[in-house]
Amino acid sequence: MSGHEGFGDLRELYQEVIFDHNRQPRNFHSMADADHVAEGHNPLCGDQLTVYLKVADGVVQDVSFVGHGCAISTASASLMTEAVKGRPVEEVEALFRDFHALLTDVPPEGRDFGKLEVLAGVREFPARVKCATLAWHTLHNALEGGGTAKTE
Amino acid sequence: MNMNEVPAGAAVDLSAHAADFPILSRPVRGKRLAYLDNAATTQKPEVVIEAERRFYRESNANIHRGVHWLSQHATDLYEGARERVRSFLNAARVEEIVFTRGTTESINLVAQSWARNTLQPGDEILITAMEHHSNIVPWQFVCEQTGAVLKVVPINDAGELVLDAFDELLGPRTRLLAITEVSNALGTVNDVAPLIRRARAVGARVLVDGAQAVAHMPVDVRALGCDFYAFSGHKLYGPTGIGVLYARHELLQAMPPWQGGGSMIETVSFERSTFAPAPQRFEAGTPHIAGAVALATAIDYVLEIGLERIGAHEHALLARATAAVQALPGVRIIGTAAHKAGVLSLVVDGIHPHDLGTILDADGVAIRAGHHCAMPVMTRYGIPGTARASFALYNNDEDVDALVRAIRKAQDMFGGRR
Ligand SMILES: Cc1ncc(COP(=O)(O)O)c(C=O)c1O
Repeated sequence: MSGHEGFGDLRELYQEVIFDHNRQPRNFHSMADADHVAEGHNPLCGDQLTVYLKVADGVVQDVSFVGHGCAISTASASLMTEAVKGRPVEEVEALFRDFHALLTDVPPEGRDFGKLEVLAGVREFPARVKCATLAWHTLHNALEGGGTAKTE
Repeated sequence: MNMNEVPAGAAVDLSAHAADFPILSRPVRGKRLAYLDNAATTQKPEVVIEAERRFYRESNANIHRGVHWLSQHATDLYEGARERVRSFLNAARVEEIVFTRGTTESINLVAQSWARNTLQPGDEILITAMEHHSNIVPWQFVCEQTGAVLKVVPINDAGELVLDAFDELLGPRTRLLAITEVSNALGTVNDVAPLIRRARAVGARVLVDGAQAVAHMPVDVRALGCDFYAFSGHKLYGPTGIGVLYARHELLQAMPPWQGGGSMIETVSFERSTFAPAPQRFEAGTPHIAGAVALATAIDYVLEIGLERIGAHEHALLARATAAVQALPGVRIIGTAAHKAGVLSLVVDGIHPHDLGTILDADGVAIRAGHHCAMPVMTRYGIPGTARASFALYNNDEDVDALVRAIRKAQDMFGGRR
């Protein structure tokens, strides 16, 4: 915990990038031909979102989301879609693990998070970690659950 | 006498009492604490903290079991607390007071002991659209267990009960009306006395959820005429983990136990046990003795200040806060009933309640953001949740102003101000 909290930390949390992605979320639409879909729900704050994926050859070809939530969860979902599009599924899962560590634990050394770095401010607000990770958990479920559903 | 209001605008000065609450002097996030989450739980005055501490230092023993002096002493304190609660609610007999863990457990007790053993398939339980989950879910269990049906009195846009619908829904199959006296999500004060009369006229029993009422207005269960009344100590400046069920004597005597264990029995053999009379029959195991004792102290504390005065003070704060946020563009108050307690639920255009809560918190303003365990209310208004400020006797204009300032700051940050 940093000793000096207040506006400084608040600006760490609510950076301009967050406002931008909250106001204009990227890849914010449903996807009729998605092959992986999962819903995420944070009952505490009522955040609700659906993540859509198209995966081919082990690579996330396309990803989108719809739903509603706080600025942190909406921006995080939006940033996530940008971060994972075109990446191999394995890398995506590794990124999720590292991103989670960035918010809650010891950030992995040497990892370049790119724009996702703006969410690191959540560390100082433990009550908000769930908001920032909801989309990622949902993505993870889509990848896992989607796979299972196909085998039926 | 229940709605004994001090005239609007009557200034009540309770400022000296803020000093009774040690926690209020601690800074939070480096800021002066404006604690406005009182509907969730109130802070505790020194006398209550001291009462619990003193019990453990001077009086601690188990009750109803020991022949030794301390046990008798602890029993006297515990039973004295029961008597204090009886007089607080103006119940007729001390045996009508059951100590529980809180409102939730009190309602579940009625659900599992009375309703589950009484209701028949097709019988109806009438609740309202503004109930806390703890006055919804236990009845859903009972409906599953008995085949009874849950009916819900709707609310209008202001967050008031639709009384025509109440009359339509109340019928010969209604066996129970379970209704909150004050809504924790909207602040609406329900004038429950006439509704209780109508329900009893069709032969229904009535449970009143008093969780949000007892700290803000005098309660008289005999004047109300209800069969059951539930509240929690922690919303009345008392400890967590202690609460009360009032139940009319004839009913309580006839109700079977719902939890088995020590203290609730008369005799036990492996073939059969017989049970203690009420209220012991409903207090299986070692209760929260220190909590009951400190609750009695909390009751003394509020009665000394006066519930009418506390209510009037909170009304003045509510009026100030309401006027101030109404003047802000893009702010909508959820719950605009004509008769409200000190609860201000609001939504701000373009700012999710959760974000608002975080930004207010950074300025030391503690409010609750979310659905307030009243998801059906949020659904009714088509919102995910609200930001809720709720007032207590120790709040003041400075707290209200800090709240309003912080909302404006959030609007500045989010660029939502036009
Ligand atoms: C109206 C109402 N009923 C019931 C409860 C449940 O109280 P407790 O959690 O103390 O059991 C609350 C508390 O939030 C409430 O506001």
